[in-house]
Amino acid sequence: MEVNNPGEACIGPEHELDRLEGQGIEQLKAASQLATADPAQWLEKGIPRGILLTTLDAVLGWARKSSMWPVVCFPACCAFEFITAEASRWDMSRFGMEIVRASPRQADLMITAGTLTWKMAPQVKRIYEQMAEPKYVIAMGSCAISGGIFASSYSVVPGYNRLFPVDVYVPGCPPRPEALIHGVRMLQRKLSQATSITRNTTK
Amino acid sequence: MTTALSTSELAAKINEKLPGSITEAGREFLTVKPEALIDVLSYLKSTPGLEFDYLTSIHAVDQWDYFELVYLLVSIPHNHSLKIKTRCQGRDNLSVPSVVALYKSANFQEREIFDLMGIRFEGHPNLKRIFLWEGFQGYPLRKDYL
Repeated sequence: MEVNNPGEACIGPEHELDRLEGQGIEQLKAASQLATADPAQWLEKGIPRGILLTTLDAVLGWARKSSMWPVVCFPACCAFEFITAEASRWDMSRFGMEIVRASPRQADLMITAGTLTWKMAPQVKRIYEQMAEPKYVIAMGSCAISGGIFASSYSVVPGYNRLFPVDVYVPGCPPRPEALIHGVRMLQRKLSQATSITRNTTK
Repeated sequence: MTTALSTSELAAKINEKLPGSITEAGREFLTVKPEALIDVLSYLKSTPGLEFDYLTSIHAVDQWDYFELVYLLVSIPHNHSLKIKTRCQGRDNLSVPSVVALYKSANFQEREIFDLMGIRFEGHPNLKRIFLWEGFQGYPLRKDYL
């Protein structure tokens, strides 16, 4: 293909882009008819472990839980509760959550604050896939848990666990900052019990 | 506060200029034939003393037998407002003339109505979906959806 105007050539015809986007959304919708299982299995201590592994786990668990960096994923109104929880009054950084990363490659926690529409779903899934392992997800609010009042709507994803496994669910519409901090503390407790060998990834 | 214009004298004025274009003159609105919509709106926009230069919004209402489009017009220099309604009968292959040439603010609104209610706007410069994705079946804001 000859490129006369490089700026235009890579964009392509508009309707072709729309068709491809629609195709991607339909495929994702067809692939996420069932909820992904919650990754709770990795809490069970499956393998016998000696002093060395246990100590290593304790150190790794402490390091991971003390520097949870969330990624920016705020599709709707729960974001404001998250911002409040981050700000000085509730001050989530007391628990090692001080930096919200704009790049998913530097983050290890996704707090899904808000309603997700199917049109936005491929982008959120891509953000999740770009995060480096180990990665964790907190579903914040009714919409993130099950779609909330929009669960039967034509355009809303009924729960983030259709797209990727969710570790902690924080109910509320929206949840109070205390509830979110409690959810984060629960995830940190979960992390400190984790083994360093593998994380059971279902998807 | 914007004052709503009295429609009775206005209807007589429009009937004089464009006979047969108005089918109903309510207390706060005028119902216009869809084929005369462009003429009526350009008359309202350009006539001195009226000068409706701003289209606030377009509503589409599903009334089962017909779809009703409501155009909310405001005049910035005279600080008065007016509702214009038009109807398209039936439920399939609906089409109404586009008013984007007159009011630029109609562009996205007409695309939204096209996307969610399934009414085509003839003469729209870029009539394609705005909210839903390509391949979505049906028109979700119609009353018979689901």
